[in-house]
Amino acid sequence: MDLSTALVCLIIGLPLAGFFINGVLGLISSSYRENKPLIGTIANVAVFAPFLIALYLFFNHSADASAVVVTLFTWIDVGTLTVDIAYRIDQLSLLMVLVVTGVGAFIHLYSIGYMGHDPGYWKFFAYLNLFIFAMLNLVMGNNLLLLFLGWEGVGLCSYLLIGFWYKDMAKSDAAKKAFIYNRVGDFAFLIGMFMVFQTVGSLDFDVILGNLEAFSSEYLFWIGLLFFIGATGKSAQIPLFVWLPDAMAGPTSVSALIHAATMVTSGIYLITRLSEMYVLSPEVMLIVSVIGGLTAIVAATIALTQNDIKRVLAYSTVSQLGYMFLALGAGGFTAAMFHVVTHAFFKACLFLGSGSVIHTMEHVGEKLKKEGKEVDFDPQDIRFMGGLRKSMPSTYKTFLIATIAIAGIPPLAGFFSKDEILMHAFSAGLGEYAGSLYMILWGVGIATAFLTAFYMFRLTFSTFHGKFKLPEKVKEASGAESHLHESPVSMTLPLWVLAVASVIGGFMGIPNFVVETFTGQTANINLLHPWLDTIAADYPIVMGKAVEWLLMGLAVAIAAGAVWIAWKMYGEGRVEESDAVVTAKTGVFYKVWQEKYNFDEFYEALVVRPVVRFSDRVLAVFDMKVVDGFVNAVGGTVRLFGSLIRYVQSGVISSYALYLVIGVILVMAMMLS
Amino acid sequence: MDYLYDLNTFLPATIMAAAGLVAILMAAYKARIGNIFNFTIVALVMALAVSIRDLFGPDGTAFFDMIAYGGTAAFGAFLVTLGTLFCVVISRDYLEAIDHHYREVYAMILFGSTGMVGLAVSNDLIMLFLGVETMSICLYVLAGLIKGEKIGAESALKYVLLGAFSTGFLLYGIALIYGATGATSYAVVAGAAEATPLFLAGTALLLVGFFFKISAVPFHMWTPDVYQGTPTTLTAYFATASKAASFIALVLVLSRMIPEIEGVELTQLLQVIAILTMIVGNLIALVQDNVKRMLAYSSIAHAGYILVGLAAGTPEGYTGVLYYLFAYTIMNIGAFGVIAYYERNHALDFTDVHNYAGLGYKFPVMGVLLSVFLFSLIGIPPFVGFLGKYYVFAAAVNAGLVTLAVIGVLASAASVFYYLRVMVYLYFREPHKEYQLVRPGALFKYSLILLGILTLWYGIEPIFPTDSLIELISTYY
Amino acid sequence: MVEIDWYLALSAILFTIGALGVLIRRNAVVVLMCIELMLNAVNISLVSFASYHGDITGQILVFFSLSVAAAEAVVGLAIIIAIFRNNLSVDITRINLLRW
Repeated sequence: MDLSTALVCLIIGLPLAGFFINGVLGLISSSYRENKPLIGTIANVAVFAPFLIALYLFFNHSADASAVVVTLFTWIDVGTLTVDIAYRIDQLSLLMVLVVTGVGAFIHLYSIGYMGHDPGYWKFFAYLNLFIFAMLNLVMGNNLLLLFLGWEGVGLCSYLLIGFWYKDMAKSDAAKKAFIYNRVGDFAFLIGMFMVFQTVGSLDFDVILGNLEAFSSEYLFWIGLLFFIGATGKSAQIPLFVWLPDAMAGPTSVSALIHAATMVTSGIYLITRLSEMYVLSPEVMLIVSVIGGLTAIVAATIALTQNDIKRVLAYSTVSQLGYMFLALGAGGFTAAMFHVVTHAFFKACLFLGSGSVIHTMEHVGEKLKKEGKEVDFDPQDIRFMGGLRKSMPSTYKTFLIATIAIAGIPPLAGFFSKDEILMHAFSAGLGEYAGSLYMILWGVGIATAFLTAFYMFRLTFSTFHGKFKLPEKVKEASGAESHLHESPVSMTLPLWVLAVASVIGGFMGIPNFVVETFTGQTANINLLHPWLDTIAADYPIVMGKAVEWLLMGLAVAIAAGAVWIAWKMYGEGRVEESDAVVTAKTGVFYKVWQEKYNFDEFYEALVVRPVVRFSDRVLAVFDMKVVDGFVNAVGGTVRLFGSLIRYVQSGVISSYALYLVIGVILVMAMMLS
Repeated sequence: MDYLYDLNTFLPATIMAAAGLVAILMAAYKARIGNIFNFTIVALVMALAVSIRDLFGPDGTAFFDMIAYGGTAAFGAFLVTLGTLFCVVISRDYLEAIDHHYREVYAMILFGSTGMVGLAVSNDLIMLFLGVETMSICLYVLAGLIKGEKIGAESALKYVLLGAFSTGFLLYGIALIYGATGATSYAVVAGAAEATPLFLAGTALLLVGFFFKISAVPFHMWTPDVYQGTPTTLTAYFATASKAASFIALVLVLSRMIPEIEGVELTQLLQVIAILTMIVGNLIALVQDNVKRMLAYSSIAHAGYILVGLAAGTPEGYTGVLYYLFAYTIMNIGAFGVIAYYERNHALDFTDVHNYAGLGYKFPVMGVLLSVFLFSLIGIPPFVGFLGKYYVFAAAVNAGLVTLAVIGVLASAASVFYYLRVMVYLYFREPHKEYQLVRPGALFKYSLILLGILTLWYGIEPIFPTDSLIELISTYY
Repeated sequence: MVEIDWYLALSAILFTIGALGVLIRRNAVVVLMCIELMLNAVNISLVSFASYHGDITGQILVFFSLSVAAAEAVVGLAIIIAIFRNNLSVDITRINLLRW
């Protein structure tokens, strides 16, 4: 076994081992379940160690090195289909592994504090490890089937973790919703996979991307579209995005890990992995962009109207994912991956920060209950918050940093990645194919950037600025502010790590033209483009430097303007009064946004209710009368026979001997005939 | 030195025979029963190690062609030793709990297993007869272990009378074959035999003897009664080790003594018996409430599935039979083991399925294990029972016996009902009253967990890859 | 010189009588005796076959068969005694607790 095989085995194997240790021991031993330090340590080691190994691999892999494929064993060998359990170490997978294990590791650390009092502690960490294992299979798998295994695996873990507090009916419903919406996408993914196999007879990436000429243009279109539909399920795009906001029912660290940083970006990973295939079909590229742009603005407008801190972040995630798809469709694969990375930093930071806030608010509620005050409030509702910056300085600072990053203020991480996306959209707008459409999409991107900065600062200001509103709004809650406190170090440390990453994360992708303008010669400051060069089939940027500067300036101005407006309106933390102003200004639109464009109701009317009605009136009757009737009749008859012939077994030795003799005669007759 | 070499090829049985003598002396001198138990375990582990060695050893015949070694025979010795070891391991706690932990039990088991190994490696009708009888007489004694209770004595009486009765037919069959060919050694018989009525009648009676031991319908009547009246862990011993030995002896007879004789057509007969066995076994199992009795009927059904592989009559079919026997041994000992554990709490009648209500939550490991074993007995992937069924049915299909395979699959579909019924009671019914279960002993618990792991593991990763098994068997062709 | 057929016929008749006895008789001890009769009937066959073939194997098998029959009788009688202690009867038609 060579070194890379051993390391890959460790990366993949450790989270799996963590899952088995915590899962199995937790299942069979009640004393182990109580040993929380040990459980937490095992789960954390199972993620931190792969992170370090991934770092080692990362620094030993040069940008122009070809992919290292580690084949462990043959998984399936049926007819012409051969599928290996084989993992791929290349620039793209290393990038994703770093994000998954890196962000994952700090979220594991955070969960020690966050889930500290939960009786399902062991189960939680077992699931979390299993998720990391599945996610690593997804990003490291060398063939579509292994990727699909990971794809389904993360879906399963997502289901388990959303419904982690399954005794709450709403939460277990949310888990089911997530699972079912994902299944719709998975179905398309499967068909796409079949079409690929039909064409090239293999599911290995090298074979697929090496034989692109074997695909007809119709096949390229349909395969691309089907994989994209799969991606809309997992990465929460229109029309399948509605599960993600509901997925916030899970513990907050789950939302940070699965529903912001890693799993939901797997659709972007998939398309980047197949980018050479996608660029051959401009129609699909356009569809990807349009859906992405639409999702970005739709989700951003909804986010504007939400009062649940996690829901705002959820819609923001959907919106940012839309951004990434916009970039993919405009040929900015590297830009999309760049945004995946930076988004993982600041969105994980935001979610963990919100978790810290919720943790404290719940704590306040418990304290008040102990004092005998009957208070009933939603600990996630920003209308009860405000002024938390004094009591929670670390959470506030990190949250603010991440907000600045997502808003696209230079030089934080979000600025560079978002700017590169807009640049690609504009560049595609100057292209020949559907130029005007791409130009509109660029406009949508700018508008979304404005909205993003606005609603994020609305969220931050309402939560942390002004006065603590709980005592004002709920009379019984007087004195609640004395119970506010900062979260433990195991929770704030990951916040700071992620905040720092949100600050400096963007420097890996500084556009070359920035330096070139000043030095006047070709610069090579951008690290990401050369790194992904062999994999991502990016469109070239066609504008001159002046236009690029102009666009960048515009983006900054828009973001800064939005922040300024948000400051004016929400700076004092007066969320409800200012929301009223926004409502008045936007009128009927606000109503639509607040109703979330009625997507849920639309599905309810178009799919759920007809299906339920059909099942109820036709299928159920058929099932009960025909199917069950038939089955029961068969079963009943069989049992009747059984209950009749059992009486042959009379218990009397003589009769047994008689049957034996009859048997002898039978055998003799058959032999001698 | 030839005798020493021959003895070496027969080492597992030799060890067990010697250990049995020592064990009975220890019993006679009132040694502590724990010591006898430990001694038995040590002897069986040694025998198992030797039998595993023999699996990879050469093959041939020894003791003037009386026994075979290597290949199928070695697999038989291995299977018997494995089954015996596990049955002994789970027996101590159980027999102690039901107050029938006699010193002589282990000696009887060791002698019985000596007979089983002899049976499984026999290469001569005399050896076959001796093996069958050594095995059977020990089993008669073990069946009557609970002699103070009516059902214990009754089961022993039924076993001994019917067993001896069938021995008469077996012996008559041997006599007729001897009369027809003038020999008892398989190879010589195969060379000298013609399809005369005398030879055919002899073969028929010999097969009757086998059908009785493997409890094929209509020779099965003793099985449920004996299994029900015998202490549960010993029932496991009856149902696995003795049956494996008989089946492997049957494989040897069919593949070495009969195959090349013109005009002797066994497929038809084996098919009819297989179909009868599968159908009757499953049908009556459907309506049983006593779990032990249900498992007895299910073991009849399983004998039917194994007969499907024999009916195929190809090396592939015999391979399937061997694999099936392995699967059947581990999963059935496991299932009986868990039932024995429940039965230990004999304040309640824990052999009635109605009393299994809610039991799965009482001591979760045991509930999970029982579910694993039952799933495997149904033949659901990824458990070992599935692979066993797959191999025998696939062999039947490849041999052109499609109807037989279809009936087999339908019959095992019916079996889902009675196995799942136990699980429904385990997990989905409310218990009638409150009670506490005793904790299982560590050795007992971990040996069952090991069986559970084996059941799962060999369902995913076939033990003895079938190619090498086919090779093992093909050496006889 | 009596031909072998007669020995075989005698053996077959005795065997059948034994088997019928097992089917008909109700006393467990008598049933056991009938089984002994069957085994010994087979022994006659074996000996006559051995003599017919001029081969000693059949006679060796008779020795084994005799000792096995003895062992079986011992175990069988011991069990019948146990049955008698429990039921105060050895009527096999009344020993049917285990059935169905």
